[in-house]
Amino acid sequence: MLKYNRMKVSDIINELGLTVFSGQSGIDKEITGGYVSDLLSDVMGHAKEGQIWCTLQTHKNVMAIASLKDLSAIILVKGFKPDEDMAEQGEVEGVPVLGTTETTFEIVGKLYELLK
Amino acid sequence: MHFEYNIEGGDFSKAGFASSQLKKVLKQLITDHKVVKRTVVALYEAEVNVVAHAYLGVVIIDIDTDKIKIQINDKGPGIEDISKAMEEGFSTASEKVREMGFGAGMGLSNIKNNSDDFKITSEVGVGTKLEIIAYLKTI
Ligand SMILES: Nc1ncnc2c1ncn2[C@@H]1O[C@H](COP(=O)(O)OP(=O)(O)OP(=O)(O)O)[C@@H](O)[C@H]1O
Ligand SMILES: [Mg+2]
Repeated sequence: MLKYNRMKVSDIINELGLTVFSGQSGIDKEITGGYVSDLLSDVMGHAKEGQIWCTLQTHKNVMAIASLKDLSAIILVKGFKPDEDMAEQGEVEGVPVLGTTETTFEIVGKLYELLK
Repeated sequence: MHFEYNIEGGDFSKAGFASSQLKKVLKQLITDHKVVKRTVVALYEAEVNVVAHAYLGVVIIDIDTDKIKIQINDKGPGIEDISKAMEEGFSTASEKVREMGFGAGMGLSNIKNNSDDFKITSEVGVGTKLEIIAYLKTI
């Protein structure tokens, strides 16, 4: 596996100017890499602990997966906002739900530059 | 230790409840982090399948010193061709379910890959039964 720079969720929030929708208590977690997919069982099968997950899915099941897989945070792309119950669950689980107005391509490119 | 949970078909807001409860319990009992993660992934996929494809179901969990046994039994349409259903990419998920990001046809493979023993039986028009086993070295 690639070895990435050590960065915390809070670092990438600052660097990329991300919105924090909920789960503030988890922003000190370290990011071990990233995973990009809108297919939930793909994430379930292939994402690794500590990765940050970029998606356009905004419902509560996203949180269930992030929490079961111990992902470090979620980034919602293209200005999408979490459904209310997703945001609440992020708060409960302490998994930051973040947002950007950029497309997946743009935000992931920048994220990769930061982490690599 | 014995736990049971009900699953309601169609109710995605509660999908994953049993797996998140199981994760909490196992974290207290088992030091092997990997077994915990594999087992909750397998259970989550099974739960979602009941929600997405069946009418109602029950999850029965038995934690023993040497293994975790999980049964998921549902009343539902059943599966006509199990080997086809096991193929990655095969899915009969509805449009609505696909829009949520389910329906990649990877759930059953995830269960298989994340369990030590996996049995699935099904009767068309009646329902489907899954048995998932994780063996433990020490508890
Ligand atoms: N409990 C069930 N009752 C009836 N049919 C089922 C059940 N579980 C699985 N199936 C059938 O097997 C297919 C494959 O299941 P699998 O979990 O691999 O993929 P999926 O649920 O369609 O999509 P994904 O799990 O990737 O979101 C389903 O589309 C469905 O046709
Ligand atoms: Mg499935």
